[in-house]
Amino acid sequence: MKFTLSWLKEYTSVEYTPSEIAEKLTMAGLEVDSFANRFEYLDKVVVSRVEYVEKHPAADNLTCCKVNVGKNTAGIDMTGDDIILNIVCGAPNVRKGLVVPCAIVGALLPGDLEIKKSKLRGEISEGMLCSAAELKLGLGCDGIMELDPAMVPGTPLAEALSLNDYLFEVDLTPNRPDCLSVIGLAREVAAFSDPAGKLCLPFNDIVRCSDKSIHDYVAVEIFDPDLCPRYTAGMVVDVKIGPSPFWLQDRLVSLGLTPINNVVDVTNFVMMETGQPLHAFDYDNIAGSRIEIKRAGIGCIEFRTLDGKSHTLEPDMLMICDGDRPVGIAGVMGGENTEILDSTTRVLVESACFNPVSIRRTAKRSGINTDASHRFERGVDPDATKDVLKRAISLISEVSGGTILNDIIDQYPVPHTPFEIKLDPDALNRRLGTSLTYDEIKQYLESVQFKVNQSDGIIKCDDSMHQDKNSTEQDRACMMRVIVPSFRVDVTRPEDLSEEVARLWGYNRIQTSFPKVPAKGRAPSERIVVREQIRDIMNGFGFSEAVNYSFTSAAACDLLCLELSDKRRSVEEILNPISEELSVLRTSLLPGLLENIRRNNSQQIDSVRLFEIGNIFLATRKGEQPIEKEMIAGIWTGLRTGISWSNKPVACDFFDIKGVVQSLCCALDIDEVLFKKSDVLQCPYYQNGHGAIIAANGNQIGSVGKIGAQILKNFGLKQDVFVFEMDMEVVLSIAPPPGAMKNTHLIPKFPSLSRDLTLILDSGVAVGSILSDFVAFKENKSVLEDVFIFDLYEGKPLPEGKKSLSIRIVYRSWEKTLSEKMINGVHADISRHIMEKYGADLP
Amino acid sequence: MNNLEEIKNSSLQEIEREVFREINEIKDPGSLEHLSTKYLGRKGILTAFLRNITQLPVEERPAAGKSANLLKVKLENTLKDLKARLESETGENNDAIDVTLPGRIFPRGTLHPITRISREISAIFSRIGFDIVEGPEVETDYYNFEALNIPKYHPARDMQDTFYVSENIVLRTHTSPTQPRVMEKVKPPVRIIAPGKVYRCDSDVTHTPMFHQVEGLMVDRNVSFGDLKGTLSTFVHQLFDEDISLRFRPSFFPFTEPSAEVDIRCVMCRGAGCRVCSGTGWLEVLGAGMVHPAVFENVGYDTEEYTGFAFGMGIERLAMLKYGIDDLRKFFENDMRFLRQF
Repeated sequence: MKFTLSWLKEYTSVEYTPSEIAEKLTMAGLEVDSFANRFEYLDKVVVSRVEYVEKHPAADNLTCCKVNVGKNTAGIDMTGDDIILNIVCGAPNVRKGLVVPCAIVGALLPGDLEIKKSKLRGEISEGMLCSAAELKLGLGCDGIMELDPAMVPGTPLAEALSLNDYLFEVDLTPNRPDCLSVIGLAREVAAFSDPAGKLCLPFNDIVRCSDKSIHDYVAVEIFDPDLCPRYTAGMVVDVKIGPSPFWLQDRLVSLGLTPINNVVDVTNFVMMETGQPLHAFDYDNIAGSRIEIKRAGIGCIEFRTLDGKSHTLEPDMLMICDGDRPVGIAGVMGGENTEILDSTTRVLVESACFNPVSIRRTAKRSGINTDASHRFERGVDPDATKDVLKRAISLISEVSGGTILNDIIDQYPVPHTPFEIKLDPDALNRRLGTSLTYDEIKQYLESVQFKVNQSDGIIKCDDSMHQDKNSTEQDRACMMRVIVPSFRVDVTRPEDLSEEVARLWGYNRIQTSFPKVPAKGRAPSERIVVREQIRDIMNGFGFSEAVNYSFTSAAACDLLCLELSDKRRSVEEILNPISEELSVLRTSLLPGLLENIRRNNSQQIDSVRLFEIGNIFLATRKGEQPIEKEMIAGIWTGLRTGISWSNKPVACDFFDIKGVVQSLCCALDIDEVLFKKSDVLQCPYYQNGHGAIIAANGNQIGSVGKIGAQILKNFGLKQDVFVFEMDMEVVLSIAPPPGAMKNTHLIPKFPSLSRDLTLILDSGVAVGSILSDFVAFKENKSVLEDVFIFDLYEGKPLPEGKKSLSIRIVYRSWEKTLSEKMINGVHADISRHIMEKYGADLP
Repeated sequence: MNNLEEIKNSSLQEIEREVFREINEIKDPGSLEHLSTKYLGRKGILTAFLRNITQLPVEERPAAGKSANLLKVKLENTLKDLKARLESETGENNDAIDVTLPGRIFPRGTLHPITRISREISAIFSRIGFDIVEGPEVETDYYNFEALNIPKYHPARDMQDTFYVSENIVLRTHTSPTQPRVMEKVKPPVRIIAPGKVYRCDSDVTHTPMFHQVEGLMVDRNVSFGDLKGTLSTFVHQLFDEDISLRFRPSFFPFTEPSAEVDIRCVMCRGAGCRVCSGTGWLEVLGAGMVHPAVFENVGYDTEEYTGFAFGMGIERLAMLKYGIDDLRKFFENDMRFLRQF
């Protein structure tokens, strides 16, 4: 909402400077976005006197003038003598001795007209003598603006004419429709500038009117009082449609509205003044001398509004109809069929009150958002309807020469009853942490026109007692009965009044305090603790954290080559996405991370380690929330270690990312993690034979693998990429809870003994299987402590299809120092068992 | 040289002066060895001096003996240090390394700035007794709006552009739905913060369709607006510093009454006015207020007995201020050159 200071001052006197007003309004909850001098564009327009005129030698209708622009005129010269400019002027009224506004070089006039030194038909012109219209100071455009001859050349025009006005723009919250009007804002300004003063309101009785009654011309009937609690109408006849007088146009222009004609301008002006939207109909196009307010119902399909657009009506939209047809969408926009035209002579003016929800629904569905609907959907003052109507028809009659018909139609089936709130000042003080007295609260509420009465049957508070500190107890006993003014549709509860008092007293004057609470805490959630642990662990492994959007492209599943039966194909689609790229909720973290690699690679960053922890979303039934699963994913591409003098650059491989998974599980105390080859159905995005399922305790935690060539291509990647993905839910279910009790193992007292075993195996034998056997041995043979693979070899001189595997086995006893002899038997047993089971040979 | 007369005539001070002068000229272990013999050897000057003490008058002997022994110890230590230094300078050093070569770096990963600042925020509130809770990112219309006193067709719905997945299921537009979700399950006192992702249908230079918020809620008997001010001041002072003042401006949120927007003194210019604060000296960083009684009614809390405050803040905004990040979109591009800095 915009307002100008000069307009506001019509209703209240203000002594504050514009910046003080802006500050005080903002701190009262009406945030002033900006304020600026309305006449800044006149900064290079000065009073000037025409000292000499002669006809332009080359053009009959031009005059060459010598114009005195005074001393010290902004931006020209500082020597002290009067400056005389040569100016070519085309105005018929230019003559010697005339005092006129002159725009000097550098001025920027309305309509982006920049004044430059130029030649007009060969004659130099160093400025422009201006008409009132050119300066937006009046309507006169048939000649230059004649000023008071006593004015001194060189005086800035704004100063000479006392043009001093500021335009404010207020960013209103949706709860304050009362401030969608200059009067509403004046009320707020008065609350701090003149709290005891009365607003000077423009609501007067109609002075002159015709002896004919409106009732002889039109009847109004409300069919749906639930959507239209009040409808008033007045009528002006013998109007002459034409442009509005300057003052009226200027008011509208100052707020950025475009003047249209005198009748429409009045309706807009009064709406801006009072917040009550109005509509004017051409009476002669209203059929059957009737206005009916009713739902559109079934049957009328198309309706053309006065902006020329066609709308399909829905049955429950509230319409203003005449005897035959709709003539307006109630509270939103009038119809083209009854628009005020130049030929209009009889005007029917509507001022009404509509149900906010109904208007909002209609405005949303029809896609029309007007100043009127904006106000109706937030709520207008139901008590002001008729006064505003009288104001509007008086003004219409004044500016269009029309005659007001006697009587006003006022259909008011659901009269507004003043809202009363019982307010306990003590509860208010407790809520705010203040200690305001009854009188202070009363004073603040009354400053914005709440009426405060003492509640019945309560001890009377004597004013004199408020001087005495001991009267606090008695203050507390006083309940207030607060009558809410009809324009404050947002105030319905005592808590709302606490905000009124707080904002007027000043939020920043409320004493800062600290809550007194029991020192009782809850243990942090396991999920949060583990999540933060994982982040730290991954950081330690050199992985940086990524955060990707939860949205992805609908094509992401295809890019990952997911099977049609894959549950990750159950994507939740967004009904109103920002773009195709962000149109579904992700069902995997991988597409985001793969895209991150692409982006970094394209910036010449070839080695990247990233991880992400975030939710994926699996759609369930339509209309229900999807399943949200928290996932952990890591991605690695490029070198295993940074480029260094000490080792050759080696690309990372599957065993690097697998090592990350193993170390992560180990850090989370997840024991005995198994990896088994993944199949294409589960993880089609891994290169065949390069992916594994991660499992522990019979639970599938996730998967790890090398991204397949097709998928790399789909994501625009050129180098090998290794990833893992884990399900947080499963991790939490198998990892011991953080902070759980733990049994620390004893430290062995006796030395260990190692034996190496080298086996020649078929290439196809899975080493993991042999390692599992050792785990089984460990359980049987208490002396077997640990096993390491320390060499793996394929190639010559081994025969084709064979590999050599070297295993170091560590033996240790808890009771004694083992001798070679003591373990020979065990080692032989184990070796024989493995060799037999896997058909292995010794080298 | 070892003339007895000479020794007798030389005072201990002269010996000391002479020996340290000679030490200063020593450049190699050979001359050191020579000097050592000259003074400390069996026939050395100092040795001789000590031996000859017996020839001094009885009353002078103890003092002379003590001084001579002190000098001997001092000399021995000095020569030992000097020997070690000379040996290391001229000695064999085939096994030396170039210690200026870079070490083998353990690559360090970094936390995302959102995580980093969220941890800081959570830590501050944990210290004053707030529990951390989380809620679903895809919410029902009820929890995202209705339970928070934002009915259908309320103009306040225009304050947030909402992503829908079906008529009554939305991507949560704020972390506020955690408020009714927690209150439905727990009786007061309630002290929670709820960090998380939120979504709004808005994408331009200053808006991303996904961003992060932290919600806060405290409900108990006698919780006041003053307490809200105290709690948020504590938070801002710990996140930035004690000199950052706060300003509370009346505002409107359907689920709080009174409602406030909270500005902090610009952390860049300290209030002088700069580009970051658009010259105002203030930065809007929080929304807050006293919980609206309608919200309590929706979760079955007694509005006479309990009061509470709630607040919400944008994490990206705070991270941008704290880490001097100029562009919101950088948070979600995951460019290593950005991430590595945290």
